[in-house]
Amino acid sequence: MDLSYSDLEEAFRAEVRTFLEAKLPPDLADKVKKMKRLTKDDYLRWHKIAHAQGWATPHWPEEHGGTGWTPVQHHIYDEEACRAGAPRIIPFGVRLVGPVIINFGSDWQKERFLAPMQSGEEVWCQGFSEPGSGSDLASLKTRAVRDGDSYIVNGQKTWTTLGHFAGWIFCLVRTDNEVKQQEGISMLLIDMDTPGVELRPIMTLDGEHHVNEIFLEDVRVPVEHLVGEENKGWDYAKFLLVNERVGIASVGQSKADLELLKEIARIEQKNGRALIEDPLFQAKLADLEIELLALEYTNMRVLSGGSGGGVGALSSFLKIKGSELQQRLMELTMEAAGPYAAPWIPDARNSNWNEAPVGPEYAGVGTSGFLDRRKTTIYGGSNEIQKNIIAKRVLNL
Amino acid sequence: MDFSYSEEQQLFSDSLRRLFSDAFPSDARRKLAEAGETLSPTLWAHYAELGLFGLPFAEADGGFGGSMSDILISCMEFGRALAVDPFAASAVVAGHVLAATEPSELRDMVLAGVIGGETRVAAAFLEPQSRYNLADVATCAEPDGDGSRLSGSKAVVPGGDHADQFIVSARVSGEQRDRDGLGLFLVSADASGVDVRGYPLADGRGAAEVELDNTLATGLQLAGRDVLALVEAASDRGAVAICGEAIGALEVINDLTQEYLRTREQFGRPIGTFQALQHRAVDMVLEYEHAKSLCFAASVACDGGDATARARMVSAAKTYIGTRGRKIATEAVQLHGGIGVTAEYDLGDAVKRVMVADMLYGDADHHLERFGAIAADPAAGGLAVWSA
Repeated sequence: MDLSYSDLEEAFRAEVRTFLEAKLPPDLADKVKKMKRLTKDDYLRWHKIAHAQGWATPHWPEEHGGTGWTPVQHHIYDEEACRAGAPRIIPFGVRLVGPVIINFGSDWQKERFLAPMQSGEEVWCQGFSEPGSGSDLASLKTRAVRDGDSYIVNGQKTWTTLGHFAGWIFCLVRTDNEVKQQEGISMLLIDMDTPGVELRPIMTLDGEHHVNEIFLEDVRVPVEHLVGEENKGWDYAKFLLVNERVGIASVGQSKADLELLKEIARIEQKNGRALIEDPLFQAKLADLEIELLALEYTNMRVLSGGSGGGVGALSSFLKIKGSELQQRLMELTMEAAGPYAAPWIPDARNSNWNEAPVGPEYAGVGTSGFLDRRKTTIYGGSNEIQKNIIAKRVLNL
Repeated sequence: MDFSYSEEQQLFSDSLRRLFSDAFPSDARRKLAEAGETLSPTLWAHYAELGLFGLPFAEADGGFGGSMSDILISCMEFGRALAVDPFAASAVVAGHVLAATEPSELRDMVLAGVIGGETRVAAAFLEPQSRYNLADVATCAEPDGDGSRLSGSKAVVPGGDHADQFIVSARVSGEQRDRDGLGLFLVSADASGVDVRGYPLADGRGAAEVELDNTLATGLQLAGRDVLALVEAASDRGAVAICGEAIGALEVINDLTQEYLRTREQFGRPIGTFQALQHRAVDMVLEYEHAKSLCFAASVACDGGDATARARMVSAAKTYIGTRGRKIATEAVQLHGGIGVTAEYDLGDAVKRVMVADMLYGDADHHLERFGAIAADPAAGGLAVWSA
């Protein structure tokens, strides 16, 4: 048993730090750390810097431009990038559909889609959920009917994160109504500029535009845009969802969040001393930090244990704990601001807003974060669905 | 980064498991408990044969130079078998203090006895008024010739009911809760002026109240080491050991509960098919796994040289075991229904083991407070995002 990082891993961490110090623009890092609104340009600015370093798609196989990092190296990179305040790379292309295309896509698809995805030239979004199909994803109704060399797609997708930044969407569609639900689903790659694709924003509780609904009306999609085989889409989706849950523990982000929370608790005062010295608040903070340590070391057990069986189940454990912690961190950040957590000034989240803040500059961060993070226990398979899976597959109940 | 057991650890863990399954089945445990015994002489002899008592000590002292994670893994087997013998109280906690003292004839003799299994030593750190504050020491030591005379009361001394020797913290100078002014003393259980009142704990292990009345004791020579720091280090090793025992007991609890959910039928189907129960069973395993991760990390931190890092990780693990462990234990009783509250069913013994684990070597509140003080330390705050 040796829980320390190896010399090689420490050297890698130093390399990552050097890169971040040299290449991450301070104004961008400041926006991220202060949880300001990020524009599409903000995301892509960082994507292109990471790409120039060859680090935009570290998870891809090396022959497609991956880095060949070990799971521990991926973790180190994530930890350092979060700590430094690097924006995340929009994951729907590089993390989700990219590996699907690499594993199941045609040669033409690889040729056409991978390079612009990797460089950030083309941004992707995900078309899985529908108004009637959330946890029960396989019940989806968006229909694709073959017509010559095309499919004609009709239906509606929803909760499409950053769809308004994307030029492409990968969709699960029904291509056979006569068979078992899971066996009649296909995956299509759809150009958002195709006539009949309409995107409408959904505003969330935090007052932000993160997600959208997407209407598909007689959208003509060339058959070359079908991933793999017709009616095999569910298999590709399962492959993708396992990848989606890797890293969903968000250890790096939560450690960065904790440091910001502590900084606020050192600035805030209660009864003439720093809030962090207040016994009640300190106990809450301590309990949270202990949970985060538990998550961090459990994540390490998974990462260092190689890729043996049951990765899906283990990632379910991490997803549950990690998402609850992400929520708790923002909850405490909100509490830390006291009465100044109440003023609601969404414009203050724009980096070019130059009015005086009401209360401290960080006052509203926890409040919008608390509301925004409600999604973490819902997306990527709700925590209740994760528990169903564990009960069945791990506990044999 | 490697969480796997070494070959030696696996061997040791396997031999302990074999020993317990051969020599300490449930009915043997019950018989011992019914007789009011808190130690099995048969098992004790086996531990000595296996070399268990030498595990915590350096090779120079006649031990095997085991790490704290070796000890943790052994303690997990104690917990899984619900064995009550005071291995950790003697060899791990008291042994840590003994090993830190300057070589002397007495030290070497007692140490050899501990390693051979002939001598049991108990660490008497807490007092009736101290709760878990190791600096709150009212027992006083007055010099007398080459030795000292101790007077005072020591409380809930783990393994005290079967101890031949006690390591006693006593005040040499200063006020009752001062961090300075403490000394450590070796007191023989049969010295005059020692009154040992042994009793079983709620989980079947043994402890004692120790009254000292002008008792002759030998001061331990610590070569200028901070006495309280040594006491804290020893107590932290006790905390890790008892966390290991709790992990073993929690494994029993989860196994029994899942088996019950799979087999107990109501409304014509196994109750484990009900989602309300499934989700609770999943939470039990999820918290168990996270607790285990912290215990591994705490054991490794004990072997490092950084006392603050050790205190931080031990307190994290002990808080987690204390709170989440108790939650798992009480959920297990609830998921079992009526059978869960019957004394004849094994579950209750494991539940009590987890319950008592929170009460020794600092409870969850004590460790949460200690962790919080470290977490809030301004020296650890490196960020200047908002204050810039």
